[in-house]
Amino acid sequence: MMKTWQAGKRLLPMTAALGLILAGCGREDLSVLRPQGPAAESSFDLMKLAITIMVAVLLVVFTIAAYVLIRFRRKPGQREVPEQVEGNFKLEVIWTVIPLILVVILAVPTVKAVFAAGNDHADDPDAVKVKVTGHQYWWEFEYTDYGVKTAQDLVIPAGKDIAFELRTADVLHSFWVPSLSGKIDTNPDGTVNRFSFSAPNEGVYRGKCAELCGPSHGFMEFKVKSVSEAEFEQWLASMKAPAVLPEDPQLAETFRSACLRCHAVGDQGLAVGPDLTGFGSRESVAGILLNDDTGADGAPILENLQTWLHDPESVKPGNTMPDPKADLGLTDEEIDGIAEYLSGLTLE
Amino acid sequence: MDWITTVDHKKIAILYLWAGGFFFGIGGLEAILIRIQLIKPMNTFLDAQTFNELITMHGTTMIFLGVMPVIFALMNAIIPLQIGARDVAFPFLNALGFWTFLFGGLLLNLSWVMGGAPDAGWTAYTPLSSTTYSATHGVDFYTIGLQIAGLGTLIGGINFLATIITMRAPGMSYMRMPMFAWATFITSAIILFAFPAITVGLVLLTFDRILGANFFNPETGGNPVLWQHIFWIFGHPEVYILILPAFGIISEVIPTFSRKRLFGYSSMVFATLLIAFLGFMVWAHHMFTTGLGPVANALFSVSTMLIAVPTGIKIFNWLFTMWGGQVRFTTPNLFAVGFIPTFTMGGVTGVMLASAPADFQFHDTYFVVAHFHYVIVGGLVLGLFAGLHYWWPKMFGRMLSETLGKWTFWTFIIGFHLTFFVQHFLGLMGMQRRVFTYLPNQQFDTLNLVSTVGAGLMGVGMLIFLWNIYITSRKPADAADDPWEDGRTLEWTISSPPPEYNFKQTPLVRGIDAFWKEKLAGHQAMTPSEPVGSIHMPSATLLPFLMSVGIFIAGLGFMFSRDTFGSDVLGFLFNNYIVTGLGLVITFGSMLLRSLFDDHGWHIEPEELEGR
Repeated sequence: MMKTWQAGKRLLPMTAALGLILAGCGREDLSVLRPQGPAAESSFDLMKLAITIMVAVLLVVFTIAAYVLIRFRRKPGQREVPEQVEGNFKLEVIWTVIPLILVVILAVPTVKAVFAAGNDHADDPDAVKVKVTGHQYWWEFEYTDYGVKTAQDLVIPAGKDIAFELRTADVLHSFWVPSLSGKIDTNPDGTVNRFSFSAPNEGVYRGKCAELCGPSHGFMEFKVKSVSEAEFEQWLASMKAPAVLPEDPQLAETFRSACLRCHAVGDQGLAVGPDLTGFGSRESVAGILLNDDTGADGAPILENLQTWLHDPESVKPGNTMPDPKADLGLTDEEIDGIAEYLSGLTLE
Repeated sequence: MDWITTVDHKKIAILYLWAGGFFFGIGGLEAILIRIQLIKPMNTFLDAQTFNELITMHGTTMIFLGVMPVIFALMNAIIPLQIGARDVAFPFLNALGFWTFLFGGLLLNLSWVMGGAPDAGWTAYTPLSSTTYSATHGVDFYTIGLQIAGLGTLIGGINFLATIITMRAPGMSYMRMPMFAWATFITSAIILFAFPAITVGLVLLTFDRILGANFFNPETGGNPVLWQHIFWIFGHPEVYILILPAFGIISEVIPTFSRKRLFGYSSMVFATLLIAFLGFMVWAHHMFTTGLGPVANALFSVSTMLIAVPTGIKIFNWLFTMWGGQVRFTTPNLFAVGFIPTFTMGGVTGVMLASAPADFQFHDTYFVVAHFHYVIVGGLVLGLFAGLHYWWPKMFGRMLSETLGKWTFWTFIIGFHLTFFVQHFLGLMGMQRRVFTYLPNQQFDTLNLVSTVGAGLMGVGMLIFLWNIYITSRKPADAADDPWEDGRTLEWTISSPPPEYNFKQTPLVRGIDAFWKEKLAGHQAMTPSEPVGSIHMPSATLLPFLMSVGIFIAGLGFMFSRDTFGSDVLGFLFNNYIVTGLGLVITFGSMLLRSLFDDHGWHIEPEELEGR
């Protein structure tokens, strides 16, 4: 084992160099190569070790291949038969043993990390417990300790361990925030998965569904918002505040009869579909229409809501939301009114 | 008609080649469409549903209907010749295997024109592949089409096992067998053990979908993770069913064009056996993120990494076969030497994926897509190209153009690396696989463009190859018996293409690389091990074709048995299982005919042999 460790140490400089190169790849809020939390870091460390070993192996193979191909080309006029070598016991043992050692160097930290990744904070009183449910094609987050339910934007306190319990309401999905942690599948009841990660730095991270789940699989995105402890408390409080329906009573009635049959706002409605409480403060509409007033990466939320509500099918094919115009019989004014109402439904 | 009734292994090989090539073309076209859709973010070239159908059919077609038949083509064409046999052990079954494969493949592809292709991915994970979430008949075409095609593979595998065990020429002990024969032998053994698993899985899924069973339905006590286990217990060995024949081909081509015997023959045999054995132990590394728990993840991580050891042995043995030799850069050898670094790159990413905590990040991303395309395209397809260019003169009696062959090689391999190397980075930067499009500004745009351009270049390589075949077929069949001049094994001792009976007299094998050994001893031909005598040949027959047509009809009938039809007649025929029954009557009727009427075949007499 001592020898293994020394060999590992010799690989360190290359690991460091590779780490530097790879760290330049991709967005900070999205890339596996720019980890922003301990879980993703542990995966990244293993990756660096593995890549280092593998690059070393590749260099050896490429060098021998290049040498052989240049040195032993058949020259014009070469007629004599080369010596027929049966093999070489020593050489063959060498290239059996060296890969074995390399495998051990990788296997030991792998096994360690496997058991470390199995840590599950379900019983940790300090951890924030979140029940994640995957739906075609949106994510539901339920904070069991606080009685709060939300969708698409997972708000978490920075630095705290989040204990997840994951299940699916329909087909298999896979919950993945590349820069914070590896992915884990959401299975049906009976095979419910638990895991945990934390995000030490405040910020917004991009999450994705990684298991093919139907036409809009590629659009099943979500955001993780890591906020300060105080902000988190405030968010919880305003999530629990009583619902405010549209001022115009006619629009409020339309909203109640058309939207609240599936959605919920605060204490009103059913949360069969995504919960809409605090919708105006969300990072995106439907997970993919990014709310961005500058227009650089998306559009203002009102515009996004209008795009979505006027034709949900064209934004996210195969989604189960009824078409507001065709199926629910809403007029354009009513749709725009609801869009305006929802975009104003912000949290403190 | 001659082609429909043939039982000659060389003709069946050609049938496999054309059919496999046809499906390979379809799969390639699907790949190009996928890459065009992904050329830029938020592209609207294809809609999401069509895209999912294309990725499902691309994977399924390439694995089961594209590369497997081409492997079977080479095995059929070469194995009896390499071991000095006059045909495979069961020529009738050989034909049956081909026809069931072809009709299974046709059935699967009929889905494109009969109301929707399968759309749940080539792995068909439940519940997405259940009738609730995949309502068209697509997945039924998948389960029943693959079931029928799989029959053919299983029949073929058993046939090769029997052939290699019982029909080797005198003197050819196992440890004197060419590596391609060894690879075929072990591949066939894997088929024998792995295919029953997928057969069972497909039956269960068919029952879930058509008869309303609940094996994988969580609401009624079924378990969707069960499907994943069944699928991968087959699916992982399948990878070795694909790659071992490529290893075999490379082990033939490199010694021939280095004019040296294979370095470390016995360790090569041992490594192949070990890879096959380990291949059955590691299926759950496809399921690290399913939530198996740390113990299972650790065990499957380590066992998977171990496969690197025998694979490494092979890589270095090939390199040292060339060491001290005289390497010629013919087209087959270009593909073979291109295979070594390319496949090694696929192998090392495989070891990286084996580390479960890292795989939590790699899994279901473009990193995995890059990895398995390096193995399957960079390994297997380069191997098949090497094998096809190498044995083309033996199969068809014509040499493919070397100039065009080199063009094929360079366009294909450059296109390949352009397509797939960048995908490693796409995956690590957060792009998950099987997405029909992606949002802009995620730094995915340029790399996807590069990837698509590469795919186009690979397509050009394929077109040059097809052009090469076309112009070659117009030339006279005048290839020499030993066209590469340094042939080492028995297939090069007979004419190109070989006569119907292969060997007039079964040769006597005196060592590894039997023909090369005779050449070194100054002989021009093999020493025969028997006098010239009457050769027994099997009769041509239409029955294998009819049996397969029957299964095809039965499958279609079963699939639509619960449908409502516009026409009463159709409804009556399908809903009462009359169509299914008709198909089964054809199949079992053919079997009965085969059993009742003894066909003793015919003989080629010595006078006729001498006359030619």
